[in-house]
Amino acid sequence: MDLLSIVSQLGSGMLVSVEIFFCTLLFSLPLGLLVAFARMSKVKPIQWLAKLYISVMRGTPLMLQLMVVYFGPYYIFGMRISTSYRIIAVMIGFAVNYAAYFAEIYRGGIESMPVGQYEAAKMLGYSKPQTFIHIIFPQVVKRILPSITNEVITLVKDTSLAFVLAVAEMFTLAKQIAAAQTSMVPFIAAAVFYYLFNLLVAVIMEKIEEHMNYYR
Amino acid sequence: MSLLEARHVKKSFDGLEVLKDISLTVEEGEVLAIIGPSGSGKSTLLRCATMLEKMDDGDLLYLGEQAAKSVSGQAEYAKTADLKRMQGYYGLVFQNFNLFPHYSVLKNIMDAPVRVQKRDKHEVKEKALRLLEKMGLSDKADAYPCQLSGGQQQRVSIARALAMNPRVLFFDEPTSALDPELTGEILKVIKELAAEHMTMVIVTHEMSFARQVANHIIFMENGVIVEEGTPDHVFSSENARMQSFLGKFRQD
Repeated sequence: MDLLSIVSQLGSGMLVSVEIFFCTLLFSLPLGLLVAFARMSKVKPIQWLAKLYISVMRGTPLMLQLMVVYFGPYYIFGMRISTSYRIIAVMIGFAVNYAAYFAEIYRGGIESMPVGQYEAAKMLGYSKPQTFIHIIFPQVVKRILPSITNEVITLVKDTSLAFVLAVAEMFTLAKQIAAAQTSMVPFIAAAVFYYLFNLLVAVIMEKIEEHMNYYR
Repeated sequence: MSLLEARHVKKSFDGLEVLKDISLTVEEGEVLAIIGPSGSGKSTLLRCATMLEKMDDGDLLYLGEQAAKSVSGQAEYAKTADLKRMQGYYGLVFQNFNLFPHYSVLKNIMDAPVRVQKRDKHEVKEKALRLLEKMGLSDKADAYPCQLSGGQQQRVSIARALAMNPRVLFFDEPTSALDPELTGEILKVIKELAAEHMTMVIVTHEMSFARQVANHIIFMENGVIVEEGTPDHVFSSENARMQSFLGKFRQD
């Protein structure tokens, strides 16, 4: 079997991987900010809850979390789970897991902002939401971008964990083809796919960083 | 009517009394300089007057409006909406400028008048450009703070405060982060503002400057006002502490 047909067979899996990737970012980036706010809340119970959430999400394997999200509704609530729930479970699992990591990155960025920025904004009459949205957050984004890039690159590779719920993402297909053909070529194709994907991520993130380099 | 009146201001940090019963008034067109050794409480006084810090006890009035009232030994602040309105009466220039680094010079000056005060963009832009010209920074409108020297940044931050049309402008050691050469440009700007009868309260270490520019000087130490009055009165004071402080200054 030639390379081209392997790649075309892997194609649908690539789409699934890319879909998992984008949906995870779409949901976990805003969710992470919410968790960061909760983590920094002055209300102690909210703060504790966020701490517990982050601790569990970071302290247990993502693969296990995916299984909990998928099988949990059946074992805990006795709900019937359909196979179409698989991909949704994957997205939920990834989003809540990555939100925990992003939350800590946001928190680090927000807490690194000098208090003078808040005071200047207060003196100029900005409300608290205005201060955060217009003054603080844009500067936080610039500060945390390198850490975000790290997580995003990890995410590209983590999409292969969706196999645990039998979602036909790219690596699942690569393994199947490799087993059927007794060939290493699908694995090499997979490696190239992940590498190129991440190269693209790195280039785009670098462009964004450059774009924000007009100030220090 | 006084623009600012503070009566019997008290403030402690973790049991350490930083301000012990300080009172002051600022009249329209007056330039008040607050001097004193480090740790005397002058910056804390300024932070209480601008409500960046809440005082423990005392009265605080802006244009006769009560921002805080002493009620049985505790300062009780007015409603948030009222405080916010009163905050519009004054501006503050910080020691380390605190410009917004992600905004251009022009945007630093224009953003709050447009976004917060909802003023007309064109009117604000005209005003901002006028202020920049006055600060000798006409060519820096599109620059970013990181491209400016400390003295230039401080002049932008003065322009930013003035663009809000404050009745009183506070300065918290505006030259402490600058070298002597850059200090001169800031002092010149403040002198020009004084000549235009801008009401100002300046916390400073620049003695000769305070003497030249202020109508009224307060000398503070250990959270109390040791001496106050006209520059001539304060600088010729017989007070022993004042003498020794000025003695050090004269030797410099």
